[in-house]
Amino acid sequence: MGIRERLSGNEAAAIAMKQINPDVVAAFPITPSTEIPQYFSSFVSNGSVDTEFVAVESEHSAMSACIGAEAAGARAMTATSSNGLSLMWEMIYIASSTRLPIVMSLVNRAVSGPLNIHNDHSDAMGVRDSGWIQLFSENNQEAYDNLLMAHRIAEHKDVLLPLMVCQDGFITSHSIENIELVEDEKVKEFVGTYKPKHYLLNTAEPIAVGPLDLQAYLFEHKRAQAEAMKNAKKVIASVSAEFEKMTGRHYEFFEKYKMDDSEIVIVCMNSTAGTAKYTADCLRENGIKAGVLKVRMFRPFPAEEIAKALANQKAVAVLDKADSLNAAGGPLFEDVTSAMFVNGVFVPTVNYIYGIGGRDTTESEIRNVYMDLIEIAKKGKAENPYRYLGVRSK
Amino acid sequence: MGDLIEIRWHGRGGQGAKTASLLLADAAFNTGKYIQGFPEYGPERMGAPITAYNRISSCPITVHSNIYTPDYVVVVDDTLLESVNVTAGLKKEGAIIINTTKDSNYLKNVLRDYEGSIYTIDARKVSMEALGQYFPNTPMLAAVVKVSNIMSEEEFMQDMVGSFKHKFAKKPEVIAGNMKALELAMKEVKKI
Repeated sequence: MGIRERLSGNEAAAIAMKQINPDVVAAFPITPSTEIPQYFSSFVSNGSVDTEFVAVESEHSAMSACIGAEAAGARAMTATSSNGLSLMWEMIYIASSTRLPIVMSLVNRAVSGPLNIHNDHSDAMGVRDSGWIQLFSENNQEAYDNLLMAHRIAEHKDVLLPLMVCQDGFITSHSIENIELVEDEKVKEFVGTYKPKHYLLNTAEPIAVGPLDLQAYLFEHKRAQAEAMKNAKKVIASVSAEFEKMTGRHYEFFEKYKMDDSEIVIVCMNSTAGTAKYTADCLRENGIKAGVLKVRMFRPFPAEEIAKALANQKAVAVLDKADSLNAAGGPLFEDVTSAMFVNGVFVPTVNYIYGIGGRDTTESEIRNVYMDLIEIAKKGKAENPYRYLGVRSK
Repeated sequence: MGDLIEIRWHGRGGQGAKTASLLLADAAFNTGKYIQGFPEYGPERMGAPITAYNRISSCPITVHSNIYTPDYVVVVDDTLLESVNVTAGLKKEGAIIINTTKDSNYLKNVLRDYEGSIYTIDARKVSMEALGQYFPNTPMLAAVVKVSNIMSEEEFMQDMVGSFKHKFAKKPEVIAGNMKALELAMKEVKKI
């Protein structure tokens, strides 16, 4: 049995890091993830972890320090949000291409500008093609659980990719909610010791990390990264199954909520999935067969599996908390519809850009999306697929 | 979410409305409930109007949005009554609890169309008597527990001793005063 607690999402992430007790944490504070390094630094100072905490002067340095630490053979973690991730951008690619399994807690916040401190997913979407595994979390519990699984996935010999665990800034990071923690010893045993095969501090095997990589090999190295991302699917599935044995909490690539008999489905990520589940339950009291597909694993993207899960629906809405500003649709929508097309699934599908810059997304707005889906299902086709939810028109 | 209770707090930055909402979440958690306690962050500065929220239920809570149709509203600063629509969406079977010394005519007038119950408490008087300083959030916390019946007074008082010991670990001298503020507030809050 776990430990019944109440924690904010940031506290949950910091506690996970304490239980993991990594060798190095390098971080620079930024709203709304500031509390994570803040709490963690108190764990360092009171001796509850033996981590080397590097209080760097910028996020670029935070990621650089994590890269240096991982390359040396240590387990490294960081936390950031929004423009902090933007400043890391150069090093984000270095981390993944150098195949260093760094773990980051990303508390999602709108990327400036104009300046905004609130939640959307534009930060995570900016690095969706950088070769990091991206797991999304509905609430504090999932942010915690995903972090406990993170190193096992990232450090697996068939993967060796960095991983970020996302949760919604303020909405879950600053909300106190119930959570069930795993006992310290169990976490320690589950996460295990990091034993890298190749590392700089191994005097028996001198290696170079990050050398020049030109026409002769870079393509093959990128291909290997792509293969590692494919391998990550199998590893995520097996680590999640092992986690379920320990905690009883079941995790898949995505959650299918009330989808056994659903006809209309909303696809979304993070905290909005909870509001959508509640709304689907309310609609079901009136005989409307509503479901929710909550994407947990956005990178790698479970294309075939999502297409299969949506194949028997009458209409689908994909909710994007980031706009691609591409005159075509949001990033999740494009991935979902492309997955459907390639796998021969032709269900009318629409996109709603919502919640930008922390705009609150209510149950009644989600209800309106389901009402639109009922109409689309009746007509059998969706007009104007690139839509907005909760934005003022004037 | 059969027995879900939703509470909205209105205060000004620095008065502790956010802390009070977190303490309420804590207390309800300790009686076995599922809870949410979260502030709506705007410009973070002393004196700016702020809102905080609580959801309390015996079933898991999955909704992650602000609260638009609360069962109870707590107003920590009565100068907000004329600038913020504090009763927006407030259920008429619910209640509003205001820290004020204003008379009932003024309150009924300023709350216009609101038909539900109005409770008042002079949290300044309570706080000055118990703590010698003006911290309105502790009395308001007791007032909302009393009015909403989220938990019994005994359960609440017992739990708060633990919470204050934790919260004021570095200044234990203020624990007794805060407990006294809770006790006085329980008696002081009145329906008009």
